[in-house]
Amino acid sequence: MYRYDDLDQAFVDERVAEFRDQTRRFLAGQLSEDEFKAVRLRNGLYIQRHAPMLRIAIPYGLLSSRQLRKLGEVARRYDRSFGHFTTRTNLQLNWPNLADVPDILEQLATVQMHAIQTSGNCIRNVTADHMAGVAKDEVDDPRPYCEIIRQWSTHHPEFTYLPRKFKFAVTGSPEDRAASEVHDIGLHLKRDEQGNLGFQVLVGGGLGRQPIIGQVIREFLPVPDLLSYCEAILRVYNRYGRRDNIHKARIKVLVKSLGIDRFREQVDTEWQASRATAPRLEAAEVDRVRSHFVPPAYEELQNFDAAAGREPEFQAWYRYNTREHKVSGYRAVFVSLKAHGEAPGDMTSDQMEAVADLADRVSFGMIRVTHSQNLLLADVRQIDLYAAWQELKQLHLATPNIGTLTDMIVCPGLDFCSLANAGTINVAKQIQARFDDLDYLYDLGDIEIKMSGCMNACGHHHVGHIGILGVDKHGEEWYQITLGGSVNGFSALGEVIGPSVPQKDVAATIERIVEVYRTQREDGERFVEMVHRVGIKPFKERAYASHSEAA
Amino acid sequence: MRRILKRHEVVADEWRHLGEDATDADALIVPLADLRKEPAVWQARSGRLGLRIAPAESVESLADLLPHVALVAVEFPNVGDGRGFSYGRLLRDRLQFKGELRAVGQGVKQDKIFLLARCGFESFELPPEENADEALKALRRYDVVYQPAEPIEGIRRQRFFA
Repeated sequence: MYRYDDLDQAFVDERVAEFRDQTRRFLAGQLSEDEFKAVRLRNGLYIQRHAPMLRIAIPYGLLSSRQLRKLGEVARRYDRSFGHFTTRTNLQLNWPNLADVPDILEQLATVQMHAIQTSGNCIRNVTADHMAGVAKDEVDDPRPYCEIIRQWSTHHPEFTYLPRKFKFAVTGSPEDRAASEVHDIGLHLKRDEQGNLGFQVLVGGGLGRQPIIGQVIREFLPVPDLLSYCEAILRVYNRYGRRDNIHKARIKVLVKSLGIDRFREQVDTEWQASRATAPRLEAAEVDRVRSHFVPPAYEELQNFDAAAGREPEFQAWYRYNTREHKVSGYRAVFVSLKAHGEAPGDMTSDQMEAVADLADRVSFGMIRVTHSQNLLLADVRQIDLYAAWQELKQLHLATPNIGTLTDMIVCPGLDFCSLANAGTINVAKQIQARFDDLDYLYDLGDIEIKMSGCMNACGHHHVGHIGILGVDKHGEEWYQITLGGSVNGFSALGEVIGPSVPQKDVAATIERIVEVYRTQREDGERFVEMVHRVGIKPFKERAYASHSEAA
Repeated sequence: MRRILKRHEVVADEWRHLGEDATDADALIVPLADLRKEPAVWQARSGRLGLRIAPAESVESLADLLPHVALVAVEFPNVGDGRGFSYGRLLRDRLQFKGELRAVGQGVKQDKIFLLARCGFESFELPPEENADEALKALRRYDVVYQPAEPIEGIRRQRFFA
């Protein structure tokens, strides 16, 4: 993984010193709420429902065991011994004291971590495919480019006070596991006819109140032009993005109002005029960063069926929670943060430290955070799988449900977030309880539930096969359900099935919906495929039937 | 007398804004719209001339005026409006403005000074509640940067180059 050089380390240290000074001035009454808000957000600090919330950056989801151990330690020392992993692979601490935050950041800086630009109207943490470097179908490893973007976007002199937040995702495989099409800029690594590496560039994707799938602005951008071209996009956005209405300030609104062709023309004009003064991405710099992402020292091993002859419980885990690896003899192992009865994406300090130890023993000391709010040990020898499973099971991190209906993406909701209209964790627990039978889950197959506690859509509900959106109805928590959303492969936004339902009925409604699928699907048809084939009507008819009719 | 931060020093401001007490010989900053209305009148004054541009105004439209002004004041009306950062870079890089580039308005805070300087601003008209000496320190907050932009004193390492 990337190791800081003197420049990177000096920068985070100087940033901690600056934030310490800003916090001191705020607490001494020398900095107004408004001014402090602008600087604290750019250092990952929100003021939430119960306490401040600190969002720690995990660039492109990659952690060393030392860093994960430090996160566990920080959560124990300064918080309530747990943290919440988000869809953008950050870790949120829900209960730190404001006055402790500079110390927390100083601790993080000792392991080359920070919380810079994880919120605020600036370029946010860059995300990537969690299978980067181990996927068989990869064109190139996206992580060096993510790291380059991280550095280029950090403390950017021109683009730190944008109209609104700005998110990048980079993928290197045809399969889009990073939801790049719903990012402000999505970059897909590809090769041109001469074999040169570059990017297909998408722009203007995003969820929130106005969900939009990103559009292609450039079919092939050579690597050396990456930063100058992104600067041209950002400059057009910084100048012409709306600042009069926070709900219309994302780049997607600008792209939509101009149309992709006119937006592209403006960017090209700006690019031609500014290329000479914009940063050039030299081959030597790409090589320097790439040299930090060399594959680990794999052994020469044969593939074998690790599940053969083992107990069904292990076989289920092997099937659902491990993935094929490009190197024979290895598999990638999910650490499920979706145990039934727990808040999705949450992890305790003890679990973090234990997984860090496990990673040291079986996965070259590296851990990844996934967009789906799980962790991944990417490089586990197949001969170590059984022992790894036993340990993960002990830690309550081996629920064999990855890719099933209970592997839900869920934002923290009303329990923590001051923006939320409705709770999400209770609803997730209801769904987990109702779908606790694993054989039933396996029969249903690949169904993605994504749930947000408000229309800001941190839980990506628009693109869930089943989307659940919490709404406030005269002070009560109700839930709107959408069907048919998707981001992986063919992106689509879900369609609302009808009136929202009260909290107590959500899980039962979901069950009636999936029963329509279970009883009417064609051979081998996935849930989302059936929704696209038949439309929402049959689901809608059944969803609102009373319990007795449904039974 | 107003004090401003200019090139790592806190100094008395030599400039007046239109509407403030000023003689014909004083250096005067005139809003773009006023300057456009009667350019000859303003240029006939004996004092130096500056212009002031608001975020919604087009920086490219200044090209014909720049040879006649010694200062461009870019407005930062509030904490969040960052359009002026792009204007600074465009004035320096594209329009090749070599005169004094000044950041003015309620949004000019010590916590932004470093970035503003990197975008080509050399003087800062701080709101009265801002502490000029602390702002001076903020100009030297960082000695490493990633991006190519305006070089400022004290930077020892930079990652990317144009």
